Amino acid sequence: MSNQNFKKRHRAEKRFKAYGLISIVAAASMLAVIISSMAYKAIPAFNNYTLNLEIDMSNQSSNSMIEDINYRGLLRDSLFSLFPEIEDRSEKRKLSKLISSSSSYILQDFIIENPSYINKKFYFNVLFTDDSDLFYKGYVDTSLPESERRIDDDEVLWLEYLYSLGRVKNKISSNLFLNGDSREPEVAGFFGATIGSLITIFVTLILSFPVGVFTAIYLENFAVKNRLTDFIEVNINNLAAVPSIIFGLLGLAVFINFFGMPRSVPLVGGLVLSLMTLPTIIITTRSALQSVPPSIREAALAMGASEMQVVFHHLLPAALPGIFTGTIIGLARAFGESAPLLLIGMVAFIVDIPGSISDPATALPVQIYIWADSPERAFVAKTSAATLILIGLLILINLVAVILRKKYEVKW
Amino acid sequence: MTEIAVNKSLIRCSDVNVYYADQQALFNINLDIKEKEVTSLIGPSGCGKSTFLRCINRMNDVIDICRVEGSVIIDNQDIYDSEVDVVELRSRIGMVFQKPNPFPKSVYDNVAYGPRLHGRILHQSDLDLKVEKSLERAGLWNEVKDRLKEPGTSLSGGQQQRLCIARAIAIDPSVILMDEPCSALDPIATAKIEELIDELKSKYTITIVTHSMQQAARVSQRTAFFHLGKLIEVGDTEKIFRSPDHEQTEAYVTGRYG
Repeated sequence: MSNQNFKKRHRAEKRFKAYGLISIVAAASMLAVIISSMAYKAIPAFNNYTLNLEIDMSNQSSNSMIEDINYRGLLRDSLFSLFPEIEDRSEKRKLSKLISSSSSYILQDFIIENPSYINKKFYFNVLFTDDSDLFYKGYVDTSLPESERRIDDDEVLWLEYLYSLGRVKNKISSNLFLNGDSREPEVAGFFGATIGSLITIFVTLILSFPVGVFTAIYLENFAVKNRLTDFIEVNINNLAAVPSIIFGLLGLAVFINFFGMPRSVPLVGGLVLSLMTLPTIIITTRSALQSVPPSIREAALAMGASEMQVVFHHLLPAALPGIFTGTIIGLARAFGESAPLLLIGMVAFIVDIPGSISDPATALPVQIYIWADSPERAFVAKTSAATLILIGLLILINLVAVILRKKYEVKW
Repeated sequence: MTEIAVNKSLIRCSDVNVYYADQQALFNINLDIKEKEVTSLIGPSGCGKSTFLRCINRMNDVIDICRVEGSVIIDNQDIYDSEVDVVELRSRIGMVFQKPNPFPKSVYDNVAYGPRLHGRILHQSDLDLKVEKSLERAGLWNEVKDRLKEPGTSLSGGQQQRLCIARAIAIDPSVILMDEPCSALDPIATAKIEELIDELKSKYTITIVTHSMQQAARVSQRTAFFHLGKLIEVGDTEKIFRSPDHEQTEAYVTGRYG
């Protein structure tokens, strides 16, 4: 009978292990599905088709202002020269829309940097618009009726003709990584948003780490235990569970409306995210301090260390790995946060790369939100690519947390 | 024995009452601890001997709900006086705990912690010497002289406890308090610590809480028996173990009780 009992217990053990294994496999495969579908969708974001055009600047007098040159005209003339049979104005306009409207600015920047090209004839690669680009990438189904696709039959003929000329090249594009946002998907990038995120997180770290750690130390080691401190503790724990959008509302009401701080700036974003991160840091720091064996505290006190020396010589060094982990987890959460930033205006369309805490900026998660909301098909790839980068950065941050914890771990 | 009788009292405790919240833990303790000898505090669990020990260096202050009444006079000064600096007081009294609790630092830093803390030793060479002397006195030098940089927590249990003793004597205390220092150690390590206590008593006044009657008999010159928060009897160890005045004491030391 007892033998039967043992068998039953072993079976239960095996079942339990199997359940655990199944759930891990299920979770891992779901993650794999998400990541791989994202990666598949993101592929078109990493290259652009370009058109090699011959730019004739030999007629430009060298004393004309660089800014005054009609770059748009130059590009159009070059494009039209490839289609001499097209003379109709509206057809010409349609033709010129095959290439990105940002091309003229890119050409202008190129000439400003290399003024020696004035008076010369040279070849220059210009970007296609997102729709032409997607056509080359095979995302336009030409079997559909003309009215149901973004590229009509004329345009299909033109694009195929250009391709047959050997002037179309598929190039790996760094636009996604090095540019700010743009209305034109072919030049839009998340560099501005990433920098905005980093500045915001930096502000968050600077504000929330010292305040959070010192609050935790004070509450844990110095504060008298009474109703007031109990009340504060309940509130801190409660704040950790408050939905992030509430912090955004608070930031809008207090920092922007009451204190008159500017909208859309990383400073306010950092302030709001600090409010959100503080409870996490305080709670994890307190539990890290609590996990230091009381015998160490007693030993130090008995040696004649003051309360403050006990904290700084013994408790804090031993609690450091826990504090780092808590802070990094809090910051990672703040890094991936979009809702509070929407409310304080960091959802604005910002082309420039922010350079300081008071420059208008957006953040990476908000950039993803903006792109996901955009109607252009090419933004789908951009959204997926930016999401992958965000996930990658978060993995990196958490990896740092693990490494720091391992490095500073104290063995008793 | 005559030599012991000459020793004067270093610590005088009078009418010490200790309360944990509403619960009284010690009742009117009057006990003198004599200089340069070992006083052992014995008694069944929960009798208040550890609580009494912690009154001597005011470690009870750390416990929020604990309240101490009465006076403990060390060097003609009541340590519960409002103008007494607890930190300064503890720098004159070493303490060794039940479980070895070296800091998670190197062996060297463990011993150097006190001298550094109180800023008494300014030169590195003096500090090296102090660490060596303290470890030697704790009977640990030969075992750890090549491992000074290793963490104190990597030593064996008995070595850790001797490290804690070295750490305590590095601050040149006049009194060393030991709270069941051998209860977590094996018999060999215990024997070493007892030997050490015997040597240390020439320089320090030692008060030791112990659960082992044999230990009290082996290491101490005077023994105090506590029961239910009261000091039942105190006297020369020989007398306490041979012919105690109180029946309770006799019952306890002969093993019929507790």
